[in-house]
Amino acid sequence: MKRYDLIIVGAGPSGLSAAIEAAKRGLKVVVFDENEKPGGQLFKQIHKFFGSKEHKAKIRGFVIGQQLLEEAEAAGVKTVLNATVIGLYQDREVVVKIGEEVRHYKGDSIIIATGAAENMVTFDGWTLPGVIGAGAAQTMMNLHGVKPGEKILMLGSGNVGLVVSFQLMQCGCEVVALVDAAPKVGGYGVHAAKVARMGVPFYLSHTIVRAEGEECVTGVTIAEVDNNFKFIPGTEKHFDVDTICLAVGLSPMSQLLKMAGCDMEDNPRRGGQVPICDSCGRTSLPGVFVAGDVSGIEEASSAMIEGRMAGIAAAEYLGFIEKKELEAELLSLDAALDGLRRGMFAPENRGKNITETEEHIPVSENLLKHGYVTDEEITRFPGFTHAVGVHPVMECTQNIPCNPCQDACPKGCIRIGEKITSLPSVNPESDCIGCGMCVASCSGQAIFLVDETFEDGYASVTIPYEFLPLPAAGTRGTALGRNGQKVCDAEVISVKSVPAYDKTNLLTMKVPVDYADKARFFVQEQV
Amino acid sequence: MENRIETHPVLGEIQKGKRVTFTYNDRELEGYEGEPIAAALKSAGVMVHRYTKKEHKPRGIFCAIGRCTDCVMVVDGKPNVRTCVTPLAAGMKVQTQYGVSDKPFEEQDRA
Repeated sequence: MKRYDLIIVGAGPSGLSAAIEAAKRGLKVVVFDENEKPGGQLFKQIHKFFGSKEHKAKIRGFVIGQQLLEEAEAAGVKTVLNATVIGLYQDREVVVKIGEEVRHYKGDSIIIATGAAENMVTFDGWTLPGVIGAGAAQTMMNLHGVKPGEKILMLGSGNVGLVVSFQLMQCGCEVVALVDAAPKVGGYGVHAAKVARMGVPFYLSHTIVRAEGEECVTGVTIAEVDNNFKFIPGTEKHFDVDTICLAVGLSPMSQLLKMAGCDMEDNPRRGGQVPICDSCGRTSLPGVFVAGDVSGIEEASSAMIEGRMAGIAAAEYLGFIEKKELEAELLSLDAALDGLRRGMFAPENRGKNITETEEHIPVSENLLKHGYVTDEEITRFPGFTHAVGVHPVMECTQNIPCNPCQDACPKGCIRIGEKITSLPSVNPESDCIGCGMCVASCSGQAIFLVDETFEDGYASVTIPYEFLPLPAAGTRGTALGRNGQKVCDAEVISVKSVPAYDKTNLLTMKVPVDYADKARFFVQEQV
Repeated sequence: MENRIETHPVLGEIQKGKRVTFTYNDRELEGYEGEPIAAALKSAGVMVHRYTKKEHKPRGIFCAIGRCTDCVMVVDGKPNVRTCVTPLAAGMKVQTQYGVSDKPFEEQDRA
């Protein structure tokens, strides 16, 4: 039986991060992963991440994945792929199925970083081909370059449902509706807003009655639900779709830990059955640690920090480093993790009814019900300003842990301050030069450049634009409002794409000055 | 191949392996070597991968990461192959799975 200092199960963001830290400290580490490629789900994440610099904010998920793989290789981490861990037994014996062979390994320490699996809901017709998980959609389009469908209905308004809806439209699919049984949008408002302004209708307090079709999905019927999630008769709505995408949450894949006799708990805030562990992932089993979604559903950013903590803790457990070093490392990692766990979407706020921001501004009710902030509501937020000449307008209305916009501006126009969750505001003493770095840096695509004095009677509005084909200067079309409805005719003045924008193109359009506060998306005229 | 994404606004040109042919039931189809069998089938518009044993209900891709086993088919004569995580190779013989067989239920009943 082969022995390792540390055996890690799962080569996703947390497992790889743990492996890197442990290997750097001299541990002999092996990572087993059942997949053909390492990186977990990171390579399907094509959007820019939230957080601050230390959390790799504004870097796209798949780029973070590449960085992790390079770091792991440099640290000498050994990763065994197509290797399914099928058992975890007494004294840290790990049983792995590699190809058709079953092998036994012994780990002086173990980190379980198996991640999570998608939840599902059932309804009439849910087993029909064409009903897929949101993860499946991401896998098909972002990994294999295959469109998951043509006309799609998304169920679930958490971040996964919102982000995947946007990604579906980026690869040319039509999202006909975004549906959630909950009365409020579950994910970040900025993610909802970028879907809503493309005209996708939100149906909150609605869910699927049935998927239609004989051999595969040809349509779907949804209906409104009451407070007890019972259908309200007469509220049915039908859509012709070929695909129904389910984004209804994740559950920790903690089976191995349960099998090994680890103390577990049912914790709905963590997403289900999870191991009981301390802040650096120590479980009730000596030498067995956990990191990432397996110990509670969060973002990949927090999973990477948890992984680093568990990797260092394993090194200390085996005596590779002193307790002092562990404590010093944990201090800074704890602070980084704490930053990500703040704001309206912090684990402690799950299920709470938040009515105002940290700045005591009433939240946008419309954003929670329909996915966009109304023209009236937006005026009360600090990022929404008027000025002479070009200036940023930041439509960031919820306290989320994210601050790249502050660092992006070379002129110091944007202030968030010490508290990472504060709403951005404009520094009136700084002069915007219209470079657009803030627009491209905003992971939520919530920053626009507006020039109300662009031309006599006309304003210019610069929007982030990540779609193909890119319209050329001079293209005429329609400006859409935050609600995805036409506000006015518009003409493209310029489209800027520079490497520093990292694939977020900056489309500047000319609109009548009265619509400067309303025009937030552009569609080309259908020829 | 209209379900393929040729150029993506973020990912750019989608890099693919060698073009290969394989058979799906009696049809000859094309896909890219090394991509999941399911991806090649999806891009060719194939939705139904199998029919369930008891109720003969159609199933297709569901999780696409090898977890749910909804997409299993008979590949090179072997049933229950997860097509979403099995790489496509030239000349593969991919068949709809009926229960655990490649024979439609009527033929199974006769046997």
